[in-house]
Amino acid sequence: MDNLTESEQRLIETIQGGLPLVARPYAAVGEQIGLTEAEVIASLAHLIQIGVIKRLGIVVRHRQLGYRANAMVVWDVPDAQVTAIGQQLGQFDGVSLCYRRARHLPEWPYNLYCMIHGKDRNAVLRDLDKLIAIYNLSHIPHQVLFSRRCFKQSGACYTFRSVTICLPQRAAGGG
Amino acid sequence: MNTKSMAMLTSINGSDHSQLNSLQKSLLNDFQKDLPLSPTPYADIAMQLGVTEAEVLETLQELQKHQIIGRVGPVFQPHRIGTSTLAAMIVPKERLQSVADYLSSLPEINHNYEREHHINLWFVITATSEAHLQAVLNEIAQNTGIKVMSLPILENYHLDFSFDLKWRNE
Repeated sequence: MDNLTESEQRLIETIQGGLPLVARPYAAVGEQIGLTEAEVIASLAHLIQIGVIKRLGIVVRHRQLGYRANAMVVWDVPDAQVTAIGQQLGQFDGVSLCYRRARHLPEWPYNLYCMIHGKDRNAVLRDLDKLIAIYNLSHIPHQVLFSRRCFKQSGACYTFRSVTICLPQRAAGGG
Repeated sequence: MNTKSMAMLTSINGSDHSQLNSLQKSLLNDFQKDLPLSPTPYADIAMQLGVTEAEVLETLQELQKHQIIGRVGPVFQPHRIGTSTLAAMIVPKERLQSVADYLSSLPEINHNYEREHHINLWFVITATSEAHLQAVLNEIAQNTGIKVMSLPILENYHLDFSFDLKWRNE
């Protein structure tokens, strides 16, 4: 875990729910937390540069744009191969997230997870077939867990002190 | 944004997106990362797209109002600030809505999905410390009486968090 300065923590708490949609958003954020516009910009540039902020931009809600099918595909990959296969899956065009996770034995042997989004189930399953063929994964046990309902989807909400100040972004349901 | 495209937004919300105008499409596809770090990021975007700053701001406000964008802001790299885990539970069908609502009410939970599996409720917990994360896991198990399976990340293989909407191919 990175050591963040107190002002970086304040900045993260303030912007995690989104920047204000005003002409000078960084100045507006600075005003809330006692930093100048230039300090906010420099601090954000630093957090991006060191990789704490993965990206800064428009966060799209895929479901609302018709990308309604979302499958979490879980694989049980031998430990010696998981990094190599994970790196391949992570580069595949239709895969939007790819993680190695701890197995939860005995009931859940899966250690590699990827997320595939598509306009409908068939599009997702076609992508999965393509992926299995390209990387020769037909011998790797896997399961496909389509999402049925989205109850909540928002950015991570970090609270460094006692007060939680991120705005909840509830899903609109359905899908 | 004019009244006509606002009406279209209402109708496309959750269905067909073919009626988005080109400004809406450009904003959604091309500005998921690298928001300009200048004092006037929206004016910079407007200049790149050949529109006015006011048009960019109005369009973003409309897209946000219709929940097509969640926010304009940061996406954090997991585990750089604090920690997180994917957790799952087997929830009886008749309790699913109430358990899901309870989970959604917790600020530490940012994704919460029903999935088609006998392990049917899947959610992500994010906290600023391991101890806090454990406390939330324990609290959920205690308050629901349901066993919680926790599946923490060991490695991340996908480094680009933006999502290509592939409108160029349409």
